Amino acid sequence: MSVGLNTLKTPGPTITALTKPFWDAAAEGRLKIQHCEDCTRAVFYPRPICPHCWSKRLAWKDASGRGRLASFSEVHKPGHPGWLPAAPYVVGLVELAEGPTILSFILPGTRPLQVGDMLLLAPTAIGGRVLPAFKPVEPRAEEKPQ
Amino acid sequence: MSRPKGTIVGIGELKPQRLTQGVTTLEMIAEVSRLAVLDAGLEPAAIDGLLVGPQVGETPQHVPATIAEYLGLAPTMANVVDLGGASGAGMVWRAAAAIEAGMCETVLCVLANNREETAPRSPNRNPIREFDVPFGASGANISYALLMQAHMAAYGSTARDFALIAAAARANAQLNPDAIFFGKPADVEAVLASPMIASPLHLLEIVMPVAGGEAVVVTSAERGRSLRKPVHLLGAGEKVTHRAVSQAPSLTSGPLKSAMARAFQQSGTRADEMDLLSLYDCYTIMVAATIEDAGLCAPGRFGAWLNDHDLSHKGDKPLNTHGGQLGFGQPDLAGGMTHVVEAVRQLRGEAGGRQIGKAGLALVTGNGATMSEATALVLGAA
Ligand SMILES: [Zn+2]
Repeated sequence: MSVGLNTLKTPGPTITALTKPFWDAAAEGRLKIQHCEDCTRAVFYPRPICPHCWSKRLAWKDASGRGRLASFSEVHKPGHPGWLPAAPYVVGLVELAEGPTILSFILPGTRPLQVGDMLLLAPTAIGGRVLPAFKPVEPRAEEKPQ
Repeated sequence: MSRPKGTIVGIGELKPQRLTQGVTTLEMIAEVSRLAVLDAGLEPAAIDGLLVGPQVGETPQHVPATIAEYLGLAPTMANVVDLGGASGAGMVWRAAAAIEAGMCETVLCVLANNREETAPRSPNRNPIREFDVPFGASGANISYALLMQAHMAAYGSTARDFALIAAAARANAQLNPDAIFFGKPADVEAVLASPMIASPLHLLEIVMPVAGGEAVVVTSAERGRSLRKPVHLLGAGEKVTHRAVSQAPSLTSGPLKSAMARAFQQSGTRADEMDLLSLYDCYTIMVAATIEDAGLCAPGRFGAWLNDHDLSHKGDKPLNTHGGQLGFGQPDLAGGMTHVVEAVRQLRGEAGGRQIGKAGLALVTGNGATMSEATALVLGAA
């Protein structure tokens, strides 16, 4: 990444009344997802009914922001011209601790990424809006083996 | 086990072109439909069923009526099949099912696309547009790169394993003068040396988009017997699981697994009995996952399987003898139909210089979106 992400002219989300709570929370640096009050499963992306049991009793809750990298790609030739100045950049599939998988932007860590890496929510301004990006959990200094 | 019975009696194919100028999709549909009906030895009036694909940017709605009117047809069954790369294979069993249900007797299944220099981007409003695109993930390349990376991480498959698939497709394309990469072979080294598009996916592991068209004519088993060189539909399977890669039930196995299992069950056949593998190949990872999902090898072992087999028309496991879409080019939705058309050619014994030896059974797969929409057919020679 050679440019400031926030200056990119990238396409933003196509927000609807239903999905607005997700994007409002994202703008405040939080990750909010739906939970089904009948089958108790977490739901992403937002829907009017639970895709597991078709209940309409879906409640918004803050997610832990923790996840595991299920896969990733370093994008050299973006599919949208707005991303060209940022290439190469990394997108990944993040398995949230709550269950669902979200596709997100992965910020560089200090080590090369690997599938299975633990990730943390890292709200990042991209193209003029704050998006729920993720970053690798760095090994802490005090956790050095004895 | 009950199955839709039908017979493919006509095929048509347009030579792929990188770009077209001032030609409509409708015109190309007319050209390729004519080829298929002529090949079947039928009069246009015999066509009483019509299956077509969506036409983004040209005819957003009423596609069957628009095409029927243009071709002078008045079908008693007409519909759009919108399963991405699985549309072609999906049309074949739907045609057979409609015939069996008594709604029609002879169905034209047609897909074509022009390809202008400046195609307008379609305005989308769906979950992928809202939740993937803003994070930098536009287009299929990134989705398939994510599937490929997941396979490598799960099984230790290598870039070289995947490159073998692209190299084999290019090698087979050298026997198909119509293929976009005819006269342009590429070995494993060339594939690995091609630019990285979205890691771990190289440029030559991605199909080349082209203009083109494909059509088949499906009729009843009874009527098929009186026509030249019928090819029988012996079994079909289909499954649709998701659209966005983030919603995929698995990153290393797809819905083709159950679609193929059903097609084998209906036809009473096994994957290892197939004389031709006509496998949908938008990306190298798609062929890898299909070989494994078909049960031709254990999960994660496609690389070893490729090394153990010869995929050419003379080999023990002929795979995509027309060059696959990786060698032939991908005429949008018609790309999936190339796998049907080539299988019919081979089962008729009309594949010329690339004719396989024993040609009794063929597996045809179709795949749409991100390993999401799957159709499998088992076809048999008359
Ligand atoms: Zn539920």
